[in-house]
Amino acid sequence: MTALVPTENLRAGRRPSRRRPAPLGYLLLLPPLAWLFIAYLGSMAVLLVSAFWSVDSFTGQVVRVTTTGNFGAVLHDPLFRTVTLRTVGVALGVTVIDALLAVPLALFMAKVAGPRMRIALMVAVTTPLWASYLVKAYAWRGLLAPNGPLDWITGGHSIGYGLPATVITLSYLWLPYMILPVYAAFARVPSSMWEASADLGATSGTTLRRIAAPLAFPGIAAGSIFTFSLSLGDYIAVQIVGGKSQLLGNVIYGQLVTANDQPLAAALSFVPLVVVLLYLFALRATGTLEQEAR
Amino acid sequence: MASPTTRPANGSVTLRGIRKTFASTVAVDTVNLEIADGEFFAMLGPSGSGKTTVLRMIAGFEQPTEGTVLLGGVDVTTVPPHRRDVTTVFQDYALFPHMTLRENVEYGLRTRGVTRGERRRRADEALAMVRLDHMAARKPAQLSGGQRQRVALARSLAVRPKVLLLDEPLGALDLKLREEMQVELKAIQRDVGITFVFVTHDQDEALTLSDRLAVFNNGRVEQVGPARSVYEEPANRFVAGFVGTSNILSDAIAQQVVGRSGTWAVRPEKIAVLGDSPAPARATVREATVTEVVYAGASTRVLADVGPVTLTLTSLNTGGVRDVQRGDRIRLAWTDDALHQLTDADPTDRRDTPTEEITA
Repeated sequence: MTALVPTENLRAGRRPSRRRPAPLGYLLLLPPLAWLFIAYLGSMAVLLVSAFWSVDSFTGQVVRVTTTGNFGAVLHDPLFRTVTLRTVGVALGVTVIDALLAVPLALFMAKVAGPRMRIALMVAVTTPLWASYLVKAYAWRGLLAPNGPLDWITGGHSIGYGLPATVITLSYLWLPYMILPVYAAFARVPSSMWEASADLGATSGTTLRRIAAPLAFPGIAAGSIFTFSLSLGDYIAVQIVGGKSQLLGNVIYGQLVTANDQPLAAALSFVPLVVVLLYLFALRATGTLEQEAR
Repeated sequence: MASPTTRPANGSVTLRGIRKTFASTVAVDTVNLEIADGEFFAMLGPSGSGKTTVLRMIAGFEQPTEGTVLLGGVDVTTVPPHRRDVTTVFQDYALFPHMTLRENVEYGLRTRGVTRGERRRRADEALAMVRLDHMAARKPAQLSGGQRQRVALARSLAVRPKVLLLDEPLGALDLKLREEMQVELKAIQRDVGITFVFVTHDQDEALTLSDRLAVFNNGRVEQVGPARSVYEEPANRFVAGFVGTSNILSDAIAQQVVGRSGTWAVRPEKIAVLGDSPAPARATVREATVTEVVYAGASTRVLADVGPVTLTLTSLNTGGVRDVQRGDRIRLAWTDDALHQLTDADPTDRRDTPTEEITA
């Protein structure tokens, strides 16, 4: 009984005195905050400022005079608008495909598989993360090549290089980032929840729809942040398997390296940034992010 | 959406020759039980004794390896849980976190295709029964443990099952709340009048709540009966030790202390400390030395050495009783009625039992 006394005091409102952390404790924050402010926010600020500059078309030198011309071009140039819509479409497509593949697999891993099977699947899902991005992208290039394996299997009806190939390759690359949070979401739901649903007369289908899906949704939302934002910024996979298709990343790269217009490239970089922020706000509005944090 | 639920005529539960094995371990070993319609029935036993597995087989979450489960006389052994007219209050309550209390309680009515208005009316009625109707719009995370427990109860009762199963229903609550819920559960069971079957490892809970109880040990039922008879006439050494505390005396020690052969159990509260008063008729009187005095508020527990063994005795602190101190010489007395003979000499498993085991 005496062992209970201290905990009892804690619970009964006699809170431990609200101690301020020792001043030295704040030193712990110094390196990460310095990194965040200087390396991350600092570079973003430079990017933002440079987006308001321009390039002298004759000398190719950056002119440090403030102008909103770059943002005007980004907003009004039909080419940029088409590429932006295409890129957002690819990112959404990748996210939907990954969610459709991840949910059944994660559900199986969390609730059906035995411990051995679960470990085997976990290894299978995470191992590709150790392989180089380029290796995986080139593997798909090989698969989709003219007269390649897919062409051979389908009798010459392979999708070949292009936008669909890009979506498939990106879906493949980012799938583990969707599976892991969805698996964690399912694993957190106690099995008694499933049993309670059946106990109250629900069939497996109803349980899946009314209990499992809503409870796994925060996991899908978390995974979608990865698949969506990673796809939005990708410009390598599309170069390898995308044929002539261009995504935002390629356009930015082109402006920066080929056209030597750093300020326009900087302004274009804000497009995926704004899209990701809008996506996060949209997710926030559904209330799933708070649920995930809890 | 309405699934064809097997509607038994009444809420009786019959288990015939139930066995359940998991891989190589036998969880439940040939259990036969008859639970009557409207009965408040407890399955009591230490952890791992098979009581929860039996409960899960009545609910349909587990299939018996052998044997038959009947509800209201209908064989439901292979009927899946969603088609059994039985609901369960889970140990962790299993409330759906993304739904309000009302939606939680409506869930079972929804799967049964009850219309919207009727659903709402019955959910509110069920919540009112557990005095939580004013919180219908809240989510489970906003409730205390005791409130969650009551929502789980309302949710299970809203579908008006023939049998309600409760898995360690009060285990997660603190003592005060547990005592309140015991009274409330009893009242609710009387009101709704259906069969309640609950699992517990707490012998106090089993004794206070149930009309009858079954004592489980190692996958078997050791004894079934009303609380009073299980306590007063334990069938064997395990029951005598697990349900309450017993002084168990066997063989040579029994011969010396109670003057009889065989194995005998004496409840601590049936041993009296004699003052200077003469011993009552037909009583055994023994001289003893007090070795320990444990004050427990309402009662005091005394360990007294009578020579070959140390006996445990408890007395209510009603006042007027002479205080005993460690080292005192006292006279103990018990009547023949206090002695209960145990039939088995060899207890199967005593690991978790509070038996005051007495060895020579």
